[in-house]
Amino acid sequence: MLDKKLSTGTGITFRKIEPYLYLAPATILIVLIFLYPIVDIIRTSLLQNNPDGIKTFGFTNYRLVFEDPVFWEALSNNGKLLLSVPILTVLSLLIAILLFEHVRGWLVYRGIIFMPYILAIPVVGVTFVYLLGLNGIVNTLLRGAGLEFLAQDWLGSVKWVLPSLSIVIIYREMGFGVVLFLARLMSLEKEMLEAAAIDGANFWQKHIYVTLPQLSGVIEFLIIVELITMLSWVFAYVFTMTGGGPGFASTVLEFYIWKHAFAFRSPGIASALAVVLLMVTTVLIVLQLRLRSRSLEEGL
Amino acid sequence: MKAPKSRLRFRNLLASIPNQMILIFFSVLSLYPVYYMAVTAFKTRPDWLRNQFGLPSPFTFQNITDALIKGEIPLWFGNSLIVTVASLVITTIVSALAAYAIARFRFPGRAFYFNTMIALMVIPPAVLILPLFVLMVNINLINKLPSVIIIYSGLLIPFSVYLLVSFFRSLPTELFDAASIDGCNNLDIFWRISLPLSTPALVTLIVVNALFVWNELLIALVFLQDQTHKTLMPGLTLFKGHFTVNEPLIMAGTLIATIPMILLYLFGQRLFVEGLTAGAVK
Repeated sequence: MLDKKLSTGTGITFRKIEPYLYLAPATILIVLIFLYPIVDIIRTSLLQNNPDGIKTFGFTNYRLVFEDPVFWEALSNNGKLLLSVPILTVLSLLIAILLFEHVRGWLVYRGIIFMPYILAIPVVGVTFVYLLGLNGIVNTLLRGAGLEFLAQDWLGSVKWVLPSLSIVIIYREMGFGVVLFLARLMSLEKEMLEAAAIDGANFWQKHIYVTLPQLSGVIEFLIIVELITMLSWVFAYVFTMTGGGPGFASTVLEFYIWKHAFAFRSPGIASALAVVLLMVTTVLIVLQLRLRSRSLEEGL
Repeated sequence: MKAPKSRLRFRNLLASIPNQMILIFFSVLSLYPVYYMAVTAFKTRPDWLRNQFGLPSPFTFQNITDALIKGEIPLWFGNSLIVTVASLVITTIVSALAAYAIARFRFPGRAFYFNTMIALMVIPPAVLILPLFVLMVNINLINKLPSVIIIYSGLLIPFSVYLLVSFFRSLPTELFDAASIDGCNNLDIFWRISLPLSTPALVTLIVVNALFVWNELLIALVFLQDQTHKTLMPGLTLFKGHFTVNEPLIMAGTLIATIPMILLYLFGQRLFVEGLTAGAVK
């Protein structure tokens, strides 16, 4: 590569440190915004207040977290949100394949279906509070269809609040899934699909046996990205739509960390919760590394 | 036996009806909330109470002008703009330098550095906010725009480096060799060759990052609590609390906040698609 003698003539030592100089500004910010906070929450989570006022290291914060039923509820709420990932994946796949079949106006459809993804989550959240309210469009349509008994306060019911949140998340994230799958579909070789059609495969056979296997990489990509979303990026939905309620029925870990840190002012508990969330996401880091470095493997 | 062309076309049209129906259904679902926001913003409150879902009658600009004049929305809009532009400038320069080093040099720790970037893309911001809050209090940056500018700049680095490394690697090596024979040092090469050739990737990156910063809630909420230093998203979310009695006014506010991103989308749909699918589709 570029290991010819540099015209500046500063010699071998400069050449050796040169790449690190380029990395320095990014590294400073990474240390400040990522590494320092991670080290600090681990330290804070292990500090405990003793009755005599002296702080010592111990696991009290973690014991309190694990004894807290709301923590388990929040964790299981995150788990339930993960269930929307397969629904989201299948719907995106279905729509992408329909668009790929060159229906009339597919570009317009793509433009429209992707649009929710560029809307801000608070904007989506505030709007859906009205749409899902007691007199919102959903209930109005149900009443109009004579299904009055199904109408209810979708975000105010312990039973329905998580499914309702999931639907809103799916609504926004689906645009991303569709565009992602469509981009991959358009890069496929046409010959195999044509051969399958000539051999008499029908629409579904063609896509299940020929298209899907070739999409496995990008399907895996979407699933991992969305798993990360459901664990790390749902705060804004919860904050704007439900405030974690009713009760704690829609409290997720992110929201509970924020509550402990800024509403309950208990930094020790907030830090212990943050460490637990970090542990959960570590599983995803492994998946992410496998996925992302694969596409850039050559040469690194 | 071959069917006459027109009959074949008619049969194709018939066959596509179920597909069209499904797509129309999902398009209506996608558009409806935007439609609702837009029509509500132009309704009077009594009209909204009577007729939530139809077109405005009478049609009014009152909410839009109220939102623009009476409240703090113009101020928040300005803050969002400053924060977005400043974060993008910092993160783009810093990430481009780092990506250049990873793509063009061989040095100990290169793969480790790159993998660290990939891993950091997964870290939830909720994990980081408490220590950052204490830090910002200590250096007296709470309720000041630089606090969130620094945080956004840092948060965006991993994805930006990742995207730019994959782009820099695709540039032909010969160009760089030729330039260095001609006496360019590496910084010259970066500045005069790598960056200009990467304009498409840089524009894509900026568009995707702009979307993130403009729409972000959690960090803006925690670090900018003072009414005059808020950005649009936390401003509007809490605005809702102040004005629960005037839904059309709230929708006018969200509409105003959405317009810049809709414009960006209309002009650069392709860029969004490329940036967001980077790394998944070769």
